[in-house]
Amino acid sequence: MKKYAIHYLLLILILFSFQTNKTFAALEIDVTEGNIKPLPIAISFVRDIQNKDEDLGINISKVIASDLAGSGLFYPINPKAFLEEIVSLDKKPNFNSWRVINTESLLTAQVYYEENDRFRIQYELWDVVAEKALIERELFTSINKWRSVAHVIADAVYARLTGESGYFDTKIAFIAESGSKINRIKRLAIMDQDGYNPRLLTTGNDLVLTPRFSPNSEDLVYLSYRNGQPQVYIYNVDSNQTYVVGSFPGMSFAPRFSPDGMKIMMSLQEGVGSNIFEMNLSSFEKRRLTNTSDINTAPSYSPDAKNIVFESDKSGTQQLYVMDSQGNNVRRISYGTGSYSTPVWSPRGDYIAFTKISKGRFMIGIMFADGSGERIITDGYHNEGPTWAPNGRVLMFFRESPGEKGGAMIYSVDVTGYNERLIDTPGFASDPSWSALLH
Amino acid sequence: MVYKKVLNFSMTFLLIFILAGCGSRQKIEQVLFGGGTDNEADIISNAIPGSSQDFTVNVGDRVFFATNSSSLDGDAKAILERQASWLALYPDIEIIVEGHADERGTRDYNLALSAKRAQVSLSYLESLGIQADRIETMPYGKERPVAACASEACWSQNRRASSVVVTDQ
Repeated sequence: MKKYAIHYLLLILILFSFQTNKTFAALEIDVTEGNIKPLPIAISFVRDIQNKDEDLGINISKVIASDLAGSGLFYPINPKAFLEEIVSLDKKPNFNSWRVINTESLLTAQVYYEENDRFRIQYELWDVVAEKALIERELFTSINKWRSVAHVIADAVYARLTGESGYFDTKIAFIAESGSKINRIKRLAIMDQDGYNPRLLTTGNDLVLTPRFSPNSEDLVYLSYRNGQPQVYIYNVDSNQTYVVGSFPGMSFAPRFSPDGMKIMMSLQEGVGSNIFEMNLSSFEKRRLTNTSDINTAPSYSPDAKNIVFESDKSGTQQLYVMDSQGNNVRRISYGTGSYSTPVWSPRGDYIAFTKISKGRFMIGIMFADGSGERIITDGYHNEGPTWAPNGRVLMFFRESPGEKGGAMIYSVDVTGYNERLIDTPGFASDPSWSALLH
Repeated sequence: MVYKKVLNFSMTFLLIFILAGCGSRQKIEQVLFGGGTDNEADIISNAIPGSSQDFTVNVGDRVFFATNSSSLDGDAKAILERQASWLALYPDIEIIVEGHADERGTRDYNLALSAKRAQVSLSYLESLGIQADRIETMPYGKERPVAACASEACWSQNRRASSVVVTDQ
């Protein structure tokens, strides 16, 4: 156990140091410029003989496999290659038959139906080399939450085998787009992290932009034109209630919650400039953080709430700046060619993700909070608006294709720049915001 | 009313002098034919004087900006001067100046930039004697383009401040 913990810690260190070509033979993980060979895992659930067509366990196992494969760190072995069928969790697997197919990890599970459309799932994660159980757990919930259960189990496996917390049991808030490019209809929407269960929250009558989750994932703060002038609103996802966050003479925009969820930061338009304010959500008192005639916007707190990163055009072009929570000690951190905008502080505190515009191209990149170590993750006609997975290892952003028929789609990508994936949405989608872990 | 027309004529001629100084024949014609008086409007349009159509067709409802800029160039100032002349003729009319940006910027910045463009246009109209309480601004960022192609030909049309007449006389 301890040996493995150290190995995985090492793996993570290697994964995110990006300066090694070492091969980690013990885990068969090959790290080359951040591109890793995924860890094989066998997922074998006890089959439900009575419900072959609607086998809940098999459905759950497919979602787990999809989550793990989607992370780019795991390679779920095709069940057709399995030499043993798990028929009960009462006895240990035959480890030899799993080692033969070159897996080191085996996830087994069994579903039990309970009253009132509920079910129980017992699951075990095995180290087939050490012949030891790494996880033995049971979950109990209603059947209609089966996808959430799958994500929770996938997170447990991911966390146990990588040493990092997972990100599968999460939601994405975004803007669902429809209609022609010159008269786009935009709606507030949420979906599961894997694109399932999309739900439209607004009718499309009012233009809405830039939703961001509260830390407890119960509220969204966003921009709406519902009362004419664009203003910041809060939307409660469960009650579908909306309220405006203060009324201001000009536009209020670019909102984001504080890490404790008690405050929001946003920009208020003041004449030709825009400045950053913090608003306490219980007292509704507002506090000024910048005071210039420039465009100061897109504020994002560090996870410890001690610092704030934002963009300003005070140098002539948009650049990234960090200030303390009182608005003091302002220092510029972006110095590359081009302009930098939409900074978002990683939940881990290490990186700041941003949009970079240079030579007519729009890139997503990351840099350390002091501005060092800049790396571009994706580069093209138009990439914009990164958001972090709760574990700070994966980003989502939107990519807009050019021209009249063009539109935005949401993608996920590892901070390494590898494993880019399109998130399947019902139509064009932009402005993604990743929630915290839900359970 | 009469002195306002006189004022308007004198502004028009002042403009002609300024533009003539720049040596731009085309601009002089624009000013002459697009000028704010009733007779001149009738020459090129049947729009009811003082209507939003009159404003759009005979005065010019929009000004354009360079990339990431909110500075008014000569053309933009000329249009706003005509707008001011027209607004002086119809003192009960209120307008909304809608600010816009092209798609080649990020969302929050474009909102702020479009607000700035609308504000700069408002300030210029104000400097020409139009009361600020007759003008509202509305920033749209990159959300309401008028042209959709992926080239400067369209982007330059989208970087604009459009004045929209609220109440017709």
